[in-house]
Amino acid sequence: MTLTVEHATLPVLGRLPIHSSRAEQIAHIAEAAKQIRIQDLKLVHHAGAGHIGGDFSAIDILATLYGAVLHITPETVNDPERDRFILSKGHVAGALYTTLAAFGFLPVAELATFLKPLSALNGHPNRNKVAGVEANTGPLGHGLPVAVGHALSAKLDVSLRRTYVLVGDGELQEGSNWEAMMAASQYQLDRLTVIVDRNRLQQGATTKETNDLDPLPEKAAAFGFAVVEVNGHDHGELLDVLSAVPFRPGKPTFVIAHTHKGHPISFMSNNVAWHHRVPDAAEFQQALTELERPRFTGELV
Amino acid sequence: MTLVHTSIAEQPRYDCRDAYVETLAELAHADHRIVGVVNDSVGSSKLNSFRKAFPDRLINVGIAEQDMVGVASGLANGGRIPFVSAASCFLTGRALEQIKADVAYSNTNVKLCGMSPGVAYGELGPTHHSIEDIAWLRAIANMTVIVPADPVETAAALRWAAASEGPVFIRVSRMSVPKVYSDDYEFQLGKAITVREGDDVTLISNGTVLWRALAAAERLAEDGISARVLSMPTVKPLDTDAVVAAARETAGIVTAEEAVAGGGLGGAVAETVVQQHPARVSILGFPEFAPTGSAGYLLDRYGLSPEGIADAARKLVTTGS
Repeated sequence: MTLTVEHATLPVLGRLPIHSSRAEQIAHIAEAAKQIRIQDLKLVHHAGAGHIGGDFSAIDILATLYGAVLHITPETVNDPERDRFILSKGHVAGALYTTLAAFGFLPVAELATFLKPLSALNGHPNRNKVAGVEANTGPLGHGLPVAVGHALSAKLDVSLRRTYVLVGDGELQEGSNWEAMMAASQYQLDRLTVIVDRNRLQQGATTKETNDLDPLPEKAAAFGFAVVEVNGHDHGELLDVLSAVPFRPGKPTFVIAHTHKGHPISFMSNNVAWHHRVPDAAEFQQALTELERPRFTGELV
Repeated sequence: MTLVHTSIAEQPRYDCRDAYVETLAELAHADHRIVGVVNDSVGSSKLNSFRKAFPDRLINVGIAEQDMVGVASGLANGGRIPFVSAASCFLTGRALEQIKADVAYSNTNVKLCGMSPGVAYGELGPTHHSIEDIAWLRAIANMTVIVPADPVETAAALRWAAASEGPVFIRVSRMSVPKVYSDDYEFQLGKAITVREGDDVTLISNGTVLWRALAAAERLAEDGISARVLSMPTVKPLDTDAVVAAARETAGIVTAEEAVAGGGLGGAVAETVVQQHPARVSILGFPEFAPTGSAGYLLDRYGLSPEGIADAARKLVTTGS
């Protein structure tokens, strides 16, 4: 298995015109998510490494953000007033690179260098090497404090730019997140949105078996956040919620996106074995077939 | 440029934190991008006047060092120039991974100011001593490590850090020190300063110990030993040319610093000497967790007094070890 440029087949989808309807936007996000998953599957299979379970639980969120929510384009990637997106669960870098390529931030052909010697596309993202990456993440519990710092800078600038950070649910076991949430609340950072990829699985077990996070909505509310729960694979729900923040003036937003690791592949979905397992040839073909089915659904399996 | 006093030990003493806050306020007046970030350490960083002058620009995240450094990285992403001020033991120890990933590896424009470093907290003990900070941060790529010796150098290093792009760690001493430099001193990154000429032996030092090395040189002169004293404010990148010249031109090098004996300035000098011009090096610092005692007592106990440094130099000159 060697990744080559022939495996970089992703079509560049770009952004819809500004006045597109909600239905058009949802269809666009759905198509992007489908294409990103197909490409990401190829990356992981042919590179022989990656975190496909977490990639697939996060891709609908990433596609929604870059496809219709974030005020950022390849042309404004260095504009000080751009919205910021920070991927705190840096191990799903493959999903981020593929998303960035789908929306024109990264040449599709460059995806073929994923994890290769001297590639810009490391197993965890590097802001100094990949346009669109805002922070070098990988160690867990780092993205949320950085996002708080960015949201503070926007507040000091009296800017309306928004900050979104995607954290894994297992990652919330890191205490630094709760330090940052206290500060976000104290500083009333209502342009900050924390999205939790709530797939309920960590590397080797469920979060419940490991260090239970529940009652997560109550905890986040107690830390001063406006809490919203969504189906993290439903593009309409994600679009509506992520576009509508803040929900409470003066409060940062905590979006609990209920997801399944490995979604929507039948044999991967919600299966802890697929944290960083690499699909073999037969599994690859089956997953590809499932992804290419004409009726791709956002429903949780 | 330098003031070499006949008896530096007799000069008035200064707390470098005063120069720190005065300079930070001056920089903040001139540049709106500059902000302070603290972990509740407003008083211990002497930042009360800064907070009064710039209430919105002193970000206090509470007692949360990991968050403090991550927040600083995010502020830098938004175009601010954050000066993080916290007791060096907690800043560098508690937030080491944030310093590595969010500041150094991310290459963000964050200035880390380690307050009250070394054994400044004296009797509070090894939990509050920060003798490891230089060794830890020197090991991290992209990180510049500066250890100023007096209030003049502290102010100069801060001005340099504000004007330069990228991660910097500056130690800000609490233990009072005499002025070594005249007020027109300008900080130059990675440059040793010969604060006293000499050709028998070289003393290399920085921070609170530099004036002690100068006082040691005065004592050595009384014994007929001519000691060169190199001030090495930049531990990383190190002025290797000055170190190699010292190794070549004098009988050996004594390093003296308020830090662990190895891994910091002494380690950096020894690495250079071993690889480029093998010579005798004696490394003075703390070889263990210090027992109870005041900062001054502890420096004396571990040979970082003028007499202790002079002894190490005499031993090196006379016995070669």
